[in-house]
Amino acid sequence: MTAFVVKRLGFALVTLWAVLTLVFFIVRVLPGDPAQVILGDQATAGAIEAMRARLGLDRPLAVQYAEFLFGVLRGEWGVSLVTGRPVLVEVMSVLPWTIELTVAALVIGALIGIPLGVWAATNRNRLIDYVTRLASLLGLSFPAFVSGILLLIFFGIQLRWFPVISAQSGSLSAWFLSLALPALNLGLIMAAYITRVTRSAMLEVLQEDYVRTARAKGVPWRAVVWRHALRNALIPVITVVGLYLGVLIGNSVLTEIVFNRPGLGKLIVGALNQRDYTMLQGMMVIYTLVVIVVNLLTDLAYGAADPRVKLK
Amino acid sequence: MTQTSPPSPAPAPAPSPLAVALAATIRAFNTNKTSWIGLGVFLAVVVLAIMAPWIAPHDPLEQDVFSRLQGPSAEYPLGTDYFGRCILSRLLHGARYSLLIGVASTLAAMLIGSAIGILAGWYGGRFDVIVMQTMDVLLAFPALILGLIIVAMLGPTLVNIVIAIALTSIPAFARIARAPTISVKEREFVEACRALGYSDARIMFLHILPNIFAEILVMSSLWLASAIRTEASLAFIGLGLRPPIPTWGGMIREGFENILDSYWLALAPGVAILIVVFALNLLGDGLRDAVDPKLKGET
Amino acid sequence: MTPPVLSIRSLTTSFRVDRAWRPVVEDLSFDIAPRETVAVVGESGSGKSVTALSVMRLLPAANSRVEGQIALAGRELLPLPEAEMRRVRGNDIAMIFQEPMTSLNPVLTVGFQVAEALVYHRALDRSAAEAEALRLFERVRIPAARSRFHEYPHHFSGGMRQRVMIAMALACRPKLLIADEPTTALDVTIQAQILELIKMLQEEEGMSVLFITHDMGVVAEIADRVVVMYKGKAVETGSTAEVFRTPRAPYTRALLAAVPRLGSMAGRARPMRFPMVDIATGGSDEPTETPDTVAERPLLEVSDLVTRFDIRGGVLSRIRGRVHAVEKVSFTLHAGETLALVGESGCGKSTTGRSILRLVPPTSGRILFEGRDVAALDRAGLRQMRRRMQMIFQDPYASLNPRKTVGGALAEPIIVHGLAGKAEARERVASLLRKVGLPPDAAGRFPHEFSGGQRQRLCIARALALEPRLIVADEAVSALDVSIKAQVLNLMLDLQAELGLAYLFISHDIAVVERVSHRIAVMYLGEIVEIGPRAAIFESPQHPYTKRLMAAVPVPDPDHRAIRRGLSGAEIRSPVRPPDYLPPPRSYREISPGHLVQAWGEEWDRT
Repeated sequence: MTAFVVKRLGFALVTLWAVLTLVFFIVRVLPGDPAQVILGDQATAGAIEAMRARLGLDRPLAVQYAEFLFGVLRGEWGVSLVTGRPVLVEVMSVLPWTIELTVAALVIGALIGIPLGVWAATNRNRLIDYVTRLASLLGLSFPAFVSGILLLIFFGIQLRWFPVISAQSGSLSAWFLSLALPALNLGLIMAAYITRVTRSAMLEVLQEDYVRTARAKGVPWRAVVWRHALRNALIPVITVVGLYLGVLIGNSVLTEIVFNRPGLGKLIVGALNQRDYTMLQGMMVIYTLVVIVVNLLTDLAYGAADPRVKLK
Repeated sequence: MTQTSPPSPAPAPAPSPLAVALAATIRAFNTNKTSWIGLGVFLAVVVLAIMAPWIAPHDPLEQDVFSRLQGPSAEYPLGTDYFGRCILSRLLHGARYSLLIGVASTLAAMLIGSAIGILAGWYGGRFDVIVMQTMDVLLAFPALILGLIIVAMLGPTLVNIVIAIALTSIPAFARIARAPTISVKEREFVEACRALGYSDARIMFLHILPNIFAEILVMSSLWLASAIRTEASLAFIGLGLRPPIPTWGGMIREGFENILDSYWLALAPGVAILIVVFALNLLGDGLRDAVDPKLKGET
Repeated sequence: MTPPVLSIRSLTTSFRVDRAWRPVVEDLSFDIAPRETVAVVGESGSGKSVTALSVMRLLPAANSRVEGQIALAGRELLPLPEAEMRRVRGNDIAMIFQEPMTSLNPVLTVGFQVAEALVYHRALDRSAAEAEALRLFERVRIPAARSRFHEYPHHFSGGMRQRVMIAMALACRPKLLIADEPTTALDVTIQAQILELIKMLQEEEGMSVLFITHDMGVVAEIADRVVVMYKGKAVETGSTAEVFRTPRAPYTRALLAAVPRLGSMAGRARPMRFPMVDIATGGSDEPTETPDTVAERPLLEVSDLVTRFDIRGGVLSRIRGRVHAVEKVSFTLHAGETLALVGESGCGKSTTGRSILRLVPPTSGRILFEGRDVAALDRAGLRQMRRRMQMIFQDPYASLNPRKTVGGALAEPIIVHGLAGKAEARERVASLLRKVGLPPDAAGRFPHEFSGGQRQRLCIARALALEPRLIVADEAVSALDVSIKAQVLNLMLDLQAELGLAYLFISHDIAVVERVSHRIAVMYLGEIVEIGPRAAIFESPQHPYTKRLMAAVPVPDPDHRAIRRGLSGAEIRSPVRPPDYLPPPRSYREISPGHLVQAWGEEWDRT
């Protein structure tokens, strides 16, 4: 188990290094001088030169690369070209919002998706199975901004249950109200994914020989489903949920825009619009870190769910 | 046991492989009728998109300042937008761009990704580990963010958007192609091919590919849905084709700015995206159940 | 007479296929008396396993239908509500299955899985149930039961898993044990242990056993009475001695004729064809000895062949161990000769065959084929060599590309190697098909339209397409039903006589090997422990492993039943070694001309 964790950690570090290198070179190799991009087409040669010096682009590539890597490690991610505040401070100030949103969405997704998937699988080809299948397929067909807008129109504009412009701090109820719709939006889409994966994993597991063994020794059906089958079905569910986290993060960007909620998504879109290139660089690093941490957690969850993994 | 010769076959003409594949597809469809609905709806959208220049009631770019933000009428069946442009016409023309970008990027990703997956699965070992770990990192990286950055860097042209979306789904196709390649590789007929002295390329593309092609094709209908969704998302964020070109995501973006007083502006293109994506998912889902060997024998 | 434990009356089980009910078991009736073992024997598709699942009522309700009467100690099972039936399962009737590798839940500990039945049926609390389960572990002779109790199934070998399954089945002291092919997936020495264990526990517990099998040898070993099934119907029922001595049904006769009997080849020099019994009349032809095909010159000379695989693991993917799959294997094979490589799983017999064809890269050693060193060939040379050396595989369903027509599959090697143009290739395909006993118009069809035996014929035809001198047959008939097996073996013998083929016949089935081979090499942990002419190996086996292997083979003769082998717990050892392992030097002793035995160490004298 320790070897497994160490190996995954080592792999995570290599990944981080690879992505950092990629980010570094993408910014420099892609057509278009960042300084030119930042200043726009009308900039004078002198202004571009000054910007290049400010960005450190006039120094040798190797020096830039080393400084970039060490800077990232030391937490010196540069200063936003727009606000003038350190990138790390900007990122850290909105990170909790995004984490709160995605965790809430995951919880909603698991709480709805797993029982629903098990229920559909154990009622295969009955009405409830068809309805669940169609509903979950419809759910994951929604682009997050379309579902978000629909929720907003219905609950915000028509029913006026929730604030349209997410008011934030203050009381607990205000916090809940501002979180509820965005979390529901992301959570329902996640639930659609989890339902489908759970259903198909359960269908597969229920055909396994060991399920027949459990039935042959007289284990009640409910225990067969929830203890013998679901524990095995959770293994592929964890894998797939790990893979869908990319979708979840992408959807959170759209959700944050629709519900006008602070977070990484709004930050990166702002940075893109304002060509805040140091900020973008920092955002890529933070997204990579998020992906790596999430992958690590998925692997650990996988190791906990499947006793065979410890062998590796 | 009688040592007679095995029962002689019915004197039927040999069916061509195409006919066999066709029959299998039709059988697959029949087990899952929702696939037919998905296919029908999708084909209808394709026909509408192709016919757009002839059936659209207006020029999608034509502005009519006297009829801005109108509700549905005989003249404008779905109303008009902020610039007084016909929403239905923009929707029909927008379908062309959505489908074009979706199909082109999915096709590119399918070709490149499957090739990577087959090669990794076939050669295995270190090559496989390195390639697939890279693919996994790319896969874990949020596709939308990757697409955003690429389009922002390269500029929002049709080709660049196709490249960005294709890049985000290559890893998925690599994974999709690799798993069945490995399971087919383990089958003894592949070992027999090696024993018969066939080249690697021959085995990969003439023996393995036909066995996994159905699976790849099924998945590409699901990924086409995803590509269309990603294109719309990019446009919604503001990184789609530049206005005034009508795109569904862009229309929602414009509509969203007026969400408080005329929310139907965002509703019509939103429903359009949903219908196409849902139709493709219905199609792919039904086919996948029919192709998936794991769930066979039980219907 | 005491009332039967299980009484089955006109049992008919049907499956729904395409909206029609198709009977799989028809009008089946038999009884099992207390302490009696009844074997239901038949080939695949005979309905024997469905019978077992019908008794347990484990068939999916949606697409199966069970009619007739099944009474357990006088109590009708079929009308019972599911909740009642659940109390019968695992309590009054217990069942063990064919696949020990997949029949245990991988995420629950073995101890828990055994204790579980006690919790549900005996209402024991968890610690009492575990204490009882531990006692059961000891009864089924699982070594170090206490320390292994909380381990997961993947830590156990197939044989040990089957013991866990048996412990689970015995937990509630059932009246009836249903064993559905419990030893089919196991190696022959492990099979012997499990059969012995079942016999012993049956005596101790006084339970009845319903034993499902396809293996007439196993039937003779274990059963008091036999029900022979064919296509869903019982064609013969009787005491084991009766059925074996005077089989009445033509099918039973055909089945028995096709079963090779260990030791029946004594006094014969060459392989023998199998007798073919007409299923309608029961008449039989006279089996004949094959003509002398063995040439003087050696075709293949293998010396000191070594094939090892590294196992990597840990943080830096260092080599953590090595599979010593093949260790210093040497033999020669003459044209027209059959050399059998026999041994149990992990002994390296398959890897030896694959190394010779260079389907896996050999680590060291010399493989001379027609005087050229295969190990040193470049790509082009390898291609040339593969025309002369071909392979057929175990699984006839996986050996043919499902997307290619038979004609395409057979013509492809001819065209790829440039042996003929398209038109001529078509003619060659027709003649190949005729050669393996299939009609030429089979060329237009796809593999899935053929039965398992026919597919194996197709594989042989494909191997013959390049006109090879040597065919490596890797468990080529092991997946086939016994009557089909006999037909395919006869075909192989005929082809050898006609074409002078040499076979490297890789098999775990010692009775088949005795019938078809000229010489035999016994492999154990990657090494040949004994090699020699067939008669010498069978009539005077020398190495302790050879003796153990032969003793473990079930003999289809009920007179052997009294012979008890004693219960050994020996497991099949693994060829995985630490990276610094150096194989010990080996020496061979020549017992008689061509009969070599490896000198063995004292570890063999203890067992």
